[in-house]
Amino acid sequence: MADPVVEAVARAVRNAPASGAEPGLMHWRRAMVWAAVAAVLIAAPQVFNQGFAVSMLSQMGIAIIFALSYNMLLGQTGMLSFGHAVYFGLGAFFAAHALNAIGAGSLHWPVSLLPLVGAAAGLAFGLVFGYVTTKHSGTPFAMISLGIAEMVAACSLMFPSFFGGEGGISTDRVVGDKVMGVDFGPGVQVYYLIAAWCFVCMILMFALTQTPLGRMANAVRDNPERVKFVGYNPTRIRFLMLALAGMFAGIAGALEVINFELITAERLGTAASGTVLLMAFIGGVGHFYGPIIGAILITFLQSALSNYTQAWLLYFGLFFLVMILFAPGGIASLVTLHKPAVQTRLLGRLALPYAGAAVAGAVLLAGLIMAVEMFYHYETKREQVGAVMSLFGQQFDTTATGPWLMAVALLVVGGVLLRLAARPIGAAWTEIAAAVNRGQGN
Amino acid sequence: MAASLELRQVRKSFGKTAIINGVDLAIERGERHAVIGPNGAGKSTLFNLISGRFPLSTGNILLNGQDITGLAPQEINRRGLSRSFQITNIFPKLSVFENLRCAVLWSQGYRYSFWHRVGGLKDVRARADELVERIGLKRRRDTLAGVLSYAEQRALEIGVTIAGGAEVILLDEPTAGMSNTETEDAVALIRAVSEGKTLVMVEHDMSVVFGLADRISVLVYGQVIATGTPAEIRGNKAVQEAYLGVEADTAEGAH
Repeated sequence: MADPVVEAVARAVRNAPASGAEPGLMHWRRAMVWAAVAAVLIAAPQVFNQGFAVSMLSQMGIAIIFALSYNMLLGQTGMLSFGHAVYFGLGAFFAAHALNAIGAGSLHWPVSLLPLVGAAAGLAFGLVFGYVTTKHSGTPFAMISLGIAEMVAACSLMFPSFFGGEGGISTDRVVGDKVMGVDFGPGVQVYYLIAAWCFVCMILMFALTQTPLGRMANAVRDNPERVKFVGYNPTRIRFLMLALAGMFAGIAGALEVINFELITAERLGTAASGTVLLMAFIGGVGHFYGPIIGAILITFLQSALSNYTQAWLLYFGLFFLVMILFAPGGIASLVTLHKPAVQTRLLGRLALPYAGAAVAGAVLLAGLIMAVEMFYHYETKREQVGAVMSLFGQQFDTTATGPWLMAVALLVVGGVLLRLAARPIGAAWTEIAAAVNRGQGN
Repeated sequence: MAASLELRQVRKSFGKTAIINGVDLAIERGERHAVIGPNGAGKSTLFNLISGRFPLSTGNILLNGQDITGLAPQEINRRGLSRSFQITNIFPKLSVFENLRCAVLWSQGYRYSFWHRVGGLKDVRARADELVERIGLKRRRDTLAGVLSYAEQRALEIGVTIAGGAEVILLDEPTAGMSNTETEDAVALIRAVSEGKTLVMVEHDMSVVFGLADRISVLVYGQVIATGTPAEIRGNKAVQEAYLGVEADTAEGAH
């Protein structure tokens, strides 16, 4: 995708004067988008109504809040944090203890508003840790955020009464009487609670980008030095953004407690911080909606892939690698990239070349999966279940030469086909670039 | 009445090297003042000291009679002193309009607000749009600053500098690297935006300096060797020897 023609198109689009949509029209469009989002949130568990699907949708809702809150730092303020799960995790632990107190009758608070406990904890720790970390930016900030994450993870072992040791803190979300028939026992009730919070948080975080603070955060991302000379203190802006991001992460953490009725210290560790970074990055940090895509996709991959293969982390890593190499702006940037094709009504020209690339990619992927799965079987399962494994509905002997040759052949053929498929894609983009330039000449 | 900007025995050393060596300077309200001097004289360092980018080693800087020595850049900016940069220093991934809006926000009192919707702030938008027009970038209003031409970026640099309505404006080589016509446009812009304000500028182009400045200070090796009207500076022996005399031929092309 890093084709000069593609870049030329992207540049042409950036240079083109904005269409200057009327503010009224823009508000109307925005309202329509939010209405559509609400409709999707409401309809999703009706369409995907199996138990595991509803549970996955709930996890997606939580991940969306968490990933968007992370992007308040990375995409909007230019702060690369390796410790954002700290605020998610601490929010979750406080929420878990609060939920247990509600269950014990010592606290009177509706379960549906438990996320406010998480928000308060996330905000409080955001203020404390943010005060320390945001004095720096760039690499020092990234390192300090990692240090805080390690420190909090270490504390989780030192205070078992609060963090529950290895087993974590378990809780019960069904407390007290039903309120209007809702006690959050069934998964679908939990889903709708999460969806409601997700919707509110999405709107609030989007609204934040439209405020003076949100705009100045973009300025800090672009050029913190210059911000000082227009009257703003970039440290203060980073601090406020981190505290608010911590608050939203805390909401996500509290919802996680309601969803799983369990929280362990690994949810606030560096691995969890890495996952949210991946969600934001793969989705695309340059667009508000990017992390939403990333959160949905990665949550899906995590639950779906892990059902099918033990090597799912390997595929996950490869996917991340391919994304960074070929679409460093994330999936959202791929969407943006195709705007000129839509505007010039030439998107159809890309259909056939893309279909060709998809076939080539499928062949390559089949070879890769075959090689990986056979290797996995040979190394880990051969002694228990024998050398023969089944894959794609076929039986393969992992000790024979034939299947291995086949895997290599698929990889080679797929690679060559992908090379060949790149040419018509390039030609189609050249045509689109020419059309864009003609359009600008008028 | 106190001078608009006053420097008292300002010194700055980096390690053992003294860059600014006891500068005294008083600039009156409404004055257009140029600082000239050969390369390495410390002109940009002087701007960095005045605007709070670097701390002073010793000495004092007063803005409207108030001591601003040691204040952070943003605090100095809020007190009414704004500066531009020799190397263009804008927000490349924001549009021209957004660049100017960011530069306007503080002066309109919105501070770190996360409860105002920026699109609904009529005063901010009116001021930013007025600036877009003033710096001649109306056609580029929604273009990302990073893809503007060099001269356009320089105009935006000035726009961002004056956006907050500062009373004292420091421009660091506003016409450097421009063609003749671009320089003419820039001079007209500077003349217009500094109307009724105090302007201090570092400039190498002598036609710009002598055309714009009410008074000129000559900085050589971190010391002001002369301050006066353009006519006085032209006639000053020490200046001719130290700067104009030796470098008059090359001064035009110097950077």
